Amino acid sequence: MDRQFLEGRRRGVRRTVARTLVALVLMGCFAIALVPLYDVFCEVTGLNGKTASRAQALSAQSADQTRLVTMQFITRSSSGLPWALTTETRQLRLHPGQSAEVSFTFHNLGNRPYVARAVPSVSPSEASVHLRKLACFCFENQRLAAGERFEAPLVFQLTRDLPEDVKTVTLVYTLYEQQVSLSRHSAMQRPGGET
Amino acid sequence: MASHLPTGSSASQQQSGAAEMTSDTHHSGPTGLMRWLLTTNHKEIGTLYLLFSLAMFFIGGLFAMVVRAELFQPGLQLVQPEFFNQMTTMHGLIMVFGAVMPAFVGLANWMVPLQIGAPDMALPRLNNFSFWLLPVAFTMLLATLVMPGGAPNFGWTFYAPLSTTYAPPSTTFFIFSLHLAGISSILGAINIIATILNLRAPGMRMMDMPLFVWTWLITAFLLIAVMPVLAGVITMMLLDIHFGTSFFNAAGGGDPVLFQHLFWFFGHPEVYIMILPAFGIVSVIIPTFARKRLFGYASMVYATASIAILSFLVWAHHMFVVGLPLTAELFFMYSTMLISVPTGVKVFNWITTLFRGSLTFEPPMLFALAFVVLFTIGGFSGLMLAISPADFQYHDTYFVVAHFHYVLVPGAVFAIMAAVYYWLPKWTGHYPHLRLSQWHFWLSVVGVNLTFFPMHFAGLAGMPRRIPDYSLQFADFNMITSIGGFLFGLSQLLFVLVVVLCVRGGRKAPAQAWEGAEDLEWTVPSPAPLHTFETPPDFTPYRH
Repeated sequence: MDRQFLEGRRRGVRRTVARTLVALVLMGCFAIALVPLYDVFCEVTGLNGKTASRAQALSAQSADQTRLVTMQFITRSSSGLPWALTTETRQLRLHPGQSAEVSFTFHNLGNRPYVARAVPSVSPSEASVHLRKLACFCFENQRLAAGERFEAPLVFQLTRDLPEDVKTVTLVYTLYEQQVSLSRHSAMQRPGGET
Repeated sequence: MASHLPTGSSASQQQSGAAEMTSDTHHSGPTGLMRWLLTTNHKEIGTLYLLFSLAMFFIGGLFAMVVRAELFQPGLQLVQPEFFNQMTTMHGLIMVFGAVMPAFVGLANWMVPLQIGAPDMALPRLNNFSFWLLPVAFTMLLATLVMPGGAPNFGWTFYAPLSTTYAPPSTTFFIFSLHLAGISSILGAINIIATILNLRAPGMRMMDMPLFVWTWLITAFLLIAVMPVLAGVITMMLLDIHFGTSFFNAAGGGDPVLFQHLFWFFGHPEVYIMILPAFGIVSVIIPTFARKRLFGYASMVYATASIAILSFLVWAHHMFVVGLPLTAELFFMYSTMLISVPTGVKVFNWITTLFRGSLTFEPPMLFALAFVVLFTIGGFSGLMLAISPADFQYHDTYFVVAHFHYVLVPGAVFAIMAAVYYWLPKWTGHYPHLRLSQWHFWLSVVGVNLTFFPMHFAGLAGMPRRIPDYSLQFADFNMITSIGGFLFGLSQLLFVLVVVLCVRGGRKAPAQAWEGAEDLEWTVPSPAPLHTFETPPDFTPYRH
């Protein structure tokens, strides 16, 4: 077999391998980029029912007197955390554009201090971008000593452009313990993560 | 069993080869075990892959037998629910990553160089490495069964947080073994692409390649595209478990649904990785035994490529019930249904190839025909599942289990068996025992349908998957399924017998073992000598 033929094949193989490796690296980067992309996508569309992670300004708009939306609150504690999160107001009806305040009570039932955070989730998810929180305990961790009680307000507004077919909005708060080690290793937390 | 390779005939070749090519010194290489450990020959590595896959097929099958034995009757009889979960999980993982994928890579190793007239794979040493990663990976995965806390128990889809927050400690080993298997697949894919694109016989254009080569080329691109995503997902799991990150943990601002999106972005192309080479095999076998050219060669190539591209746009049909917005439900429903168009093109091409052909029904043809019929049933139940509102009912029931077992067992596995029966004469120089092969085929067909067809009804009636117990109304379906499962499992021992007998002797096969076979592999002697096509063959395309 002539040398030229073999040399040509060898060069071809090298070129193909180089190109496949480039494709491989690009797909690897894409896979990692999917995480922030997903976050951005969800933030814009509210698809995963998450609300904004910091306080938003009251959008100055008059209340839409033509319709009433039912706002429901559900609270729950995740496994292993001896806390109770309660609210007197399980449900209220309000006009889009109107702002309202609801008070929540944290209670540490355990016998040692814990650090925890209430993580919100909105259903239906298309309502989540229309829920503006002016003040919320969910923006930061709560540290409660054993047996301590703590009352915190949620001030919110449903914007007027809430889709017509949304009649009920449910806001769920789930309590999660924040590992102390978490804050120690905060440098390792994912970039862009909202902690 | 492994010693069937033509050591005798290659000895003479080794000498002549060594005389010819002084630079090539690996001919006087090690013998015995080291020969297999260090081999860079595509045929030997192909054999290793196939034997490994066969071993995994039986281990994964054994796990399935445990599952079916437990489900034989309602109530808990044999195993605890915890162990049952480990069995379903390991069955899925072993079958997908250990049996089906390596079997196709093994077939590619053996047949792609022979079908395109190449002397070997483009990167022989890499080839050796990518094989030997697999035994390491799967030994580690199987070792989790005896670890404290047990093996992975979260299902083969390893959804977070089941596989992170609530996972057994052995999950770390599972992640590492999946990384190794992934690297193996990636290296194998690079090798196959480099071989197909560069080592074709002079004169063979892309559109002259046998379809098995074409489908593998497209499969290899799919592997390159999605294996990094799998690696990324399991790395994020690892970080979540051990390094306090919160990719999939809602408590830290992550999202478990993100896991499902990432997993299925890998997972859906993955299911096509397991079926496209099967399409290629069937597209090679049917024309041979119909003694006709494949109908619609070009449309077959384009259909395969379309399926591959569409596979990236349908992943969320696995997550219809996760709470997608209506537009997303509709998009993924329609894009999923769109896949049935290129798939239909393929099925109609196979049928048209059969039309007015001179059909004979040798074992490979039997398996190929069963593939066409039974895979299509699996495709139809896939169409039913694609209907998003209907999927709300079918989701996580035995209907899903029936669907994907129909496309994977009488689909992918039957295609692999068809390929083995088709190419055994080329590998061993003997025809497989005809009667025994026929017995194997018919027992398998009856077993498969007895196992998986009643699952449709159990699922439609609402039986959930992955649960070791069930309510009484499902008892009859489950007993039939279990009996079918045992029958299918046992009849695979017959397959091993056929292969062993074929390796040891049998009716001698000529170079062209099947009358209607036309590809290049049938121009080399049977059994194929260790080194073939050291000078590229003369290739004349069929049409110009």
